[in-house]
Amino acid sequence: MIEAFFNIEIMKAAWPIVMTGLWNTILLSLIVVPLGLFGGLILALLASVRSPLVRWPLMAWVDFFRAFPPLVLLVLLFAGLPFAGLELGGFACVAIAFFLNTGSYYGEIFRAGIDSVPAGQVEAARSTGLSRMQSMRYVVLPQAVRNVMPDLLSNTLEVVKLTSLGSVVAVPELLYEARQAQSITYNPTPIVMAAVIYFLLLWPVVRLLSRLENRALAGRR
Amino acid sequence: MSNWDKFVETFFNAKVMVKYLPDILSGVVVTIELALLIIVTGLGAGLALALLRSLAIRPLNWLIIFIVDLFRSLPPLVIIVLMYFGLPYAGPAPSGFVSTWLSLAFVLMAFSEEIFWAGITSIPKGQWEAARSTGLSFGQTLFNVVLPQAFRLTIPPLTNRTIAITKGTALGTVVAVTEILGQASSAMSNSYNPSPLMMGAAAYVVLFLPVVVAARWIETKFAWKR
Amino acid sequence: MTRHIVDARAIHKHFGTLHVLKGVDLKVDERELVFVIGPSGSGKSTLLRCLNRLEQPSSGSIMVDGIDMLDPKTDINHARRRIGMVFQSFNLYPHMTALGNVMLALRKVAGKGRAEAETIARAALERVGLADRADHTPGQLSGGQQQRVAIARSIALEPRVMLFDEPTSALDPELVGSVLEVMRGLRESGMTMIVVSHEMSFARNAADRVVFMDHGLIVEQGPPAAIFENPTHERTRAFIGQIQRH
Repeated sequence: MIEAFFNIEIMKAAWPIVMTGLWNTILLSLIVVPLGLFGGLILALLASVRSPLVRWPLMAWVDFFRAFPPLVLLVLLFAGLPFAGLELGGFACVAIAFFLNTGSYYGEIFRAGIDSVPAGQVEAARSTGLSRMQSMRYVVLPQAVRNVMPDLLSNTLEVVKLTSLGSVVAVPELLYEARQAQSITYNPTPIVMAAVIYFLLLWPVVRLLSRLENRALAGRR
Repeated sequence: MSNWDKFVETFFNAKVMVKYLPDILSGVVVTIELALLIIVTGLGAGLALALLRSLAIRPLNWLIIFIVDLFRSLPPLVIIVLMYFGLPYAGPAPSGFVSTWLSLAFVLMAFSEEIFWAGITSIPKGQWEAARSTGLSFGQTLFNVVLPQAFRLTIPPLTNRTIAITKGTALGTVVAVTEILGQASSAMSNSYNPSPLMMGAAAYVVLFLPVVVAARWIETKFAWKR
Repeated sequence: MTRHIVDARAIHKHFGTLHVLKGVDLKVDERELVFVIGPSGSGKSTLLRCLNRLEQPSSGSIMVDGIDMLDPKTDINHARRRIGMVFQSFNLYPHMTALGNVMLALRKVAGKGRAEAETIARAALERVGLADRADHTPGQLSGGQQQRVAIARSIALEPRVMLFDEPTSALDPELVGSVLEVMRGLRESGMTMIVVSHEMSFARNAADRVVFMDHGLIVEQGPPAAIFENPTHERTRAFIGQIQRH
């Protein structure tokens, strides 16, 4: 079994390929997470507008992209768009698909955070002459983000895990490189390596999240 | 032909859609089967783990926490690939369907265990004490007093998580499962036309959008009283 | 005739089908302390909140210090600098220190530089007796202290009028005195104040005029002695009688 899954020879051979993959995964994450956060913040700010003309289409948009499996969106962009004459590379497709999908999830989180700030805060801010934008920026958002930090963290973890979908559209991130190495060597050790790397990378965040969640719950009887 | 007509010809080609509709529909059936299996086994296992954890046996707890952390850290696709391409080297060779089902079930098990556990621990000790002091056993207290109250707490995060994970059935395409995306992709390559993919996308929306809307409604019903 | 610093006329306010304010006129002169009393549901808070347009009246006109508060062209943020408001639930920003709370509007609305804003803020906290608590967060302050910081937050902007919406109703009895003392100090320094409250002894001692509201209308108003000892209207009598019994 060790021969098959923890083959030293193959580990050494596959190491550079797997490392490239890891590097790309990190790079990809550093791009899509801020993209998603940005999209989500815009959505949440739009949602705070009172008019139902804005809220309803917004809610429909968010629910649509929460319902739509990200892989399907990705394949649609990658394999479907070329038929319309638009050939976006795997990377661009990932960026767009993630912006739409994770933006909606982040949007919901931000919106819940903004809703959790008591109305009195806005009243106090407005009554001292702060504008809507200023109240949002200096009074509401800092509190909103603080209130939903565990959810933001949890979703960010999901986004990083989601980068593995890039392997389906030939983005050379960790899973893709591991599978390449596996098909060259006819040995699953590279995939095991990738799994171990994902675990080492993400497990600290999972642990942190667990502790944050428990603390939050203790406060919330 | 105008640009719009060309667009419709390409992406919503009636002939191609009709030809491959049966395939897509059979894909829908597979997707639903997978989803139901994942939900039932994942939630069931998660609840079981949470109940085991409530027994407070330390080494058992460490094992449970490790397993849960493991399946929360690994991307689902990695687990599927490992099971399908890797496991055969150790003997068992699960099909694409089984690999997808079990992988996603394990992931749901891990997340739901955390949620159930949070629900159980949030019930004040006083509830346990009151129930036990009237003579109820551990099991009776758990099932009649604690779990019903924990239920309310767990519904919103549980529905969200379950939806997110069952959307992962699309990942089955990577291991040749004939669910919606798989069928749509083959149909697309066979016909050199993206209409089957549009149909597949529509199928997903029809399947999942009502669920998401229902989940939103459930969340507001069980919302926190601040 | 000097212009009234607050001149509200024919104020109506509907919340859906509920007619909360049914045609209220309120004129307040500079340096006056007007006390508004009445049973809950009488519309007194709503009236107060209309004055700085936290609530939008359904009809009527409101002039504060010469500014038409209901004109859509009015820069409402600029106007609100002239009107201070103190809330029943304090509404301090929990993520900032006391000093930060007072400084925010000074910097973002009055456009003061950081150093200048800090000086003004510390002076305001000094006025309410909390200079030594400047670096405490609201969570570290008692209710009375929080309310005094809230008052400092308003007076730092040098308003022309201050509105108090049940400022002591959420406080434990032993903390009420500290807040009332600050309010007394403000009055002595010549601030125009409109106070909605149940603190009757404060009204008796400090108010220039007491206004009794019931069911969305001003029933009676006059000097405290007249209202408390010799009310003209039956409803005023009934209300005063009720609260005397406490």
